[in-house]
Amino acid sequence: MKMKKKNDGMLRRVFGYIGRYKAPTVLSLLFSFLSAALILLLPVIFGRMIDRIVSPGSVDLQGMLPLIGQSAAIIAATALLQWLQNFLNNKITSNVVRDIRIDAMARIERLPLSYLDTHPHGDLISRVVSDTDTLSEGLLLGFSQLFSGITTVIGTLIFMFTLNAKTALWVVLITPLSLFTARFIARRTHAMFLKQSEAKGALTAFINERLGSQKTVKAFSKEADSADEFDEKNGRLTGFSLRAIFFSSLVNPTTRFVNSIVYAVAALTGAIAVLAGGGALTVGGFTCFLSYATQYTKPFNDISAVITELQNALACAKRVFELIDAPPESADKNTAAIGTAAGKVEFRNVSFSYDKSKKLLENISFTAEAGQRVAIVGPTGCGKTTLINLLMRFYDADAGEILIDGKSIYEMPREDLRRQFGMVLQETWIKNASIRENITIGKPDATDEEIKAAAKLSGAYSFIRRLPKRFDTVLGADSDGLSEGQKQLLCITRVMLAPAPMLILDEATSSIDTRTELLVTADFDRLMQGRTSFIVAHRLSTIRGADLILVMNDGNIIEQGTHETLLAAGGFYKKLYESQFERS
Amino acid sequence: MKPLLKYFRGLRLSCFLAPLFKLTEALLELFVPVLVARMIDVGIRGDGGTPYLIRQSLLMLALGAAGLLLAVTAQYFSAKAATGFTDRIRSAAFRNIQTWSYSQLDSFGIPSVITRLTGDADRIQSGVNLTLRLLLRSPFVVFGSVIAALTIDKESSLVFFGTVPVLAVIVFGVMLVSIRLYGKVQTYLDKITKSAEDNLSGARVIRAFRAEKRESAAFADAASALAKIQKFTGRVTSLLTPSTYIMINAATVVLIYVGALRVDGGRLSQGEVVALYNYMAKILVELIKLADLIITITRALASAKRVAALIETKGEDETGGADAIEAIDGAPLLEFRSVGLTYRGAAEPALEEISFTADRGERIGVIGGTGSGKSSLISLIPRFYRSDGGEIRYSGVPADELSVGAIREKIAVVPQHTSLFSGTVRDNIRWGKPDATDEEIRDALAAAQALSFVEEKDGGLDFVICENGSNLSGGQKQRLAIARALVKKPEILILDDSSSALDYATDLKLRQALASLDYAPCVFTVSQRTAAVRDCDKILVLDDGKIAGAGTHEELLQNNEIYREIHLSQYPEEGAAR
Repeated sequence: MKMKKKNDGMLRRVFGYIGRYKAPTVLSLLFSFLSAALILLLPVIFGRMIDRIVSPGSVDLQGMLPLIGQSAAIIAATALLQWLQNFLNNKITSNVVRDIRIDAMARIERLPLSYLDTHPHGDLISRVVSDTDTLSEGLLLGFSQLFSGITTVIGTLIFMFTLNAKTALWVVLITPLSLFTARFIARRTHAMFLKQSEAKGALTAFINERLGSQKTVKAFSKEADSADEFDEKNGRLTGFSLRAIFFSSLVNPTTRFVNSIVYAVAALTGAIAVLAGGGALTVGGFTCFLSYATQYTKPFNDISAVITELQNALACAKRVFELIDAPPESADKNTAAIGTAAGKVEFRNVSFSYDKSKKLLENISFTAEAGQRVAIVGPTGCGKTTLINLLMRFYDADAGEILIDGKSIYEMPREDLRRQFGMVLQETWIKNASIRENITIGKPDATDEEIKAAAKLSGAYSFIRRLPKRFDTVLGADSDGLSEGQKQLLCITRVMLAPAPMLILDEATSSIDTRTELLVTADFDRLMQGRTSFIVAHRLSTIRGADLILVMNDGNIIEQGTHETLLAAGGFYKKLYESQFERS
Repeated sequence: MKPLLKYFRGLRLSCFLAPLFKLTEALLELFVPVLVARMIDVGIRGDGGTPYLIRQSLLMLALGAAGLLLAVTAQYFSAKAATGFTDRIRSAAFRNIQTWSYSQLDSFGIPSVITRLTGDADRIQSGVNLTLRLLLRSPFVVFGSVIAALTIDKESSLVFFGTVPVLAVIVFGVMLVSIRLYGKVQTYLDKITKSAEDNLSGARVIRAFRAEKRESAAFADAASALAKIQKFTGRVTSLLTPSTYIMINAATVVLIYVGALRVDGGRLSQGEVVALYNYMAKILVELIKLADLIITITRALASAKRVAALIETKGEDETGGADAIEAIDGAPLLEFRSVGLTYRGAAEPALEEISFTADRGERIGVIGGTGSGKSSLISLIPRFYRSDGGEIRYSGVPADELSVGAIREKIAVVPQHTSLFSGTVRDNIRWGKPDATDEEIRDALAAAQALSFVEEKDGGLDFVICENGSNLSGGQKQRLAIARALVKKPEILILDDSSSALDYATDLKLRQALASLDYAPCVFTVSQRTAAVRDCDKILVLDDGKIAGAGTHEELLQNNEIYREIHLSQYPEEGAAR
């Protein structure tokens, strides 16, 4: 339903956000223009004051007084405008960043999981957090700098030409020199910076690899070898850094040199003009001219920095809007809620694959009656989680139907579908918040009693009790971090607190020690009574009691039935079962 | 910072020359206003005329050219010193990290170590670079201008003496406050980063519990709180430009007026007033540069502290002791005598009173629940940690008399989490034995049940493994890690739950191959599952850091409550059959 946005609309997108703060933006630009103009006006007043000082006895103190008043007014006005402009810019950038971030996160919550699964999270985070910063600050500051720079250049040109056209012409002719040298150096330096960041990337990858495998490095006594390899990569980085830093640091001295040429030429031609007399240029005008000559060159010196900033900002804008514009999950069909399901689940000729060029699940059909226990077995990586992805509509099937109580899950709102399932995954997810917030994610209005009762059921209460602030302990802040098993208990508590009509347990107790597991399993058994449950497990005891066993291998369901029928069939399941008992 | 200073050794000349050239350049710059004053007083007002003006402006050009040369030289030396210094501290830090124990690395965390060695090191580099170039230059120009003003006219220079301290107070005051505020901004930024991380890693759970709207509202709150503190910080920092602008220009007005009075009294010339005016303009530019520099330096110092921590955290002392084990006749290959282990900072010991012996060719199982001490026990054998209390003997020689190298030479470990390195299969296997021939490598691969899949890969032994083995399946990685251990032909082979990704049939073949190795290593197998250890010659049952029982599968089933419980939780039908 969303129309496709073109890439070239990037600037318009950013200005759309800035446009929410129209009045402050217009004012900020106006103030930046005014203060740049006033800053240029001040030297004129100073020049006039200096002209009132000629030689002993011929100093026009009386004439200076109104000039002092004027300059005081200009100084005060400029300062006020500068302050207002800074204040407004800051307000606009902070708000724009906030707005973009909020939109980006809202989009993340609506993106299909296939997007989140295939994009590195670190990259998405940097889009939401740091790219937004660079983009809004870079654009706003870049533009206001560009704006005041242009004002300054035009203003100084006008003032210089009115003061003395000949001298002004000299300044205008020489100044671009600094622009060219700066660009010349920047282009050479760019290559060095690229090499530097490559070398840095290699070094980072190396540190990551070797420290990530510190046990192996130590076990094979490779510490010294690793350090030598590090030194070699480190040396490469240092070599490139030295050149990159040195070359880039040439820009300032060279532009300074060009400026001093401009200054010397302006001083000479200006002084000659004063000397020629005829009122062409006064000494005050001359001083004023010199101060313009330096101000005129400044925007040229800064321009490369401003351009880089703007380019950088646009690159970041592209990354941010790629995220915000990524197509969200398909809209929910507008159908009535199904209330509480009885729990009959049916797969009808379902086909699915992540990579559409490779076949995975093909033409799968099975039926789980309400209240049945379905076990999914198979070697690691056989695609057990794929079934869960389809059932929860984290991914949509490519073909076929999945039905709950005879109704297609694609015909019901996702929220309604997901409400039917309580899910515990092997990979625990605990957010940086209090234990209470972590437990109540499925039932935010749970009372303390309910929370405590659920924690007792899952067995989590025994360790929560010992935490410094019990349920209010903030994970990641107040506690050193929980063990994997404790995290799993918290995840189980979530489900115990808000029991759903159906259950999905993906190795839900894999990290819990065997004895605690026994206790939890008993509670799970009670919970599973009358609830359709999908269980991924290694343990044969859990599997054997199931009403339906789905045997998976290489991403597909290859056998299904009960323990007895599968054993009798003598296929893959029988081999699996026997090898677990076989002795070497 | 102090512990890092020694890495400047050998770079002292650069560290001295860089500021020296920079200061000379600044000195030349200070002459320019004097030249302009002379042009006005001698060339225009006096009788110097055009030839004098030309000479002066040529002199100005010469000063500029000399300045360019001096600056370039200074930049070179300071870049050299900065990169050289950073190179050394990175190297020293990485070398030191190699001596750390696992828990030390854990307490820093790898991402933090990486940021310290890259981002922080960069900040130190630019800090050193700018310090050498500018730290002396800016105050030099400020004081130079004041002194130049003083030599021109004592009375007028009073304006300078009044202005500089006030300007300094404004610039540094605003800076100090904003540094503190930026620290606060950073903590709020960390908060939204964490929140974003949570939302991404928890996408499935959040959707399963239909908490999308609540989670994005929480993120929006955090983002708004950040925007609020940013706006507040901005209000403070936006004071800097206008207030310095007022100060410097008000001072200029006063200066011109005072100058006018002095000229009127015949004590100053018009040109000299212009010179004073030009010096005043220089001061502001330099003070702002100095403030920026100080922000860079504070950041660099904070970074230096973080990198220094990497260098100062001393690892365990692993030197000393004999480099080879001189076996004592009749002594067991490995013996634990009431060994204990307490991790640094832990209240309770992880292991207590552990005693057992192990011999060549023996298969030893280690079993127990999570947190029972299995991994701790296994980590003591290659001395990843030092035991406290008790004694470990290798072929009868106490561990204390041996170097770590001597111990690890005899042992090969296949860790729970497989780690392979970018490079070819051959490179990876050769970690176990640097001079292994292709035949030895193939033998090891065959025993590890890895030969067939390696030969199917492009290039066989030359197949290039990506970083972290990302182009291999979990089971393939585990088998390569086992082959890497086997090529070493160790006396003790430790398998720490290391066949979890193998299917049952492959696992069985692997166990059979291990049992028939001609050099008959002692094999330790760690697992939570009784199926993995049931055919061992001896099984150690760990519970709460102590050995709760030892024996064969049948013996333990008979007389060890804990083992029976673990086993029956995995095979309940055997309990029913009893």
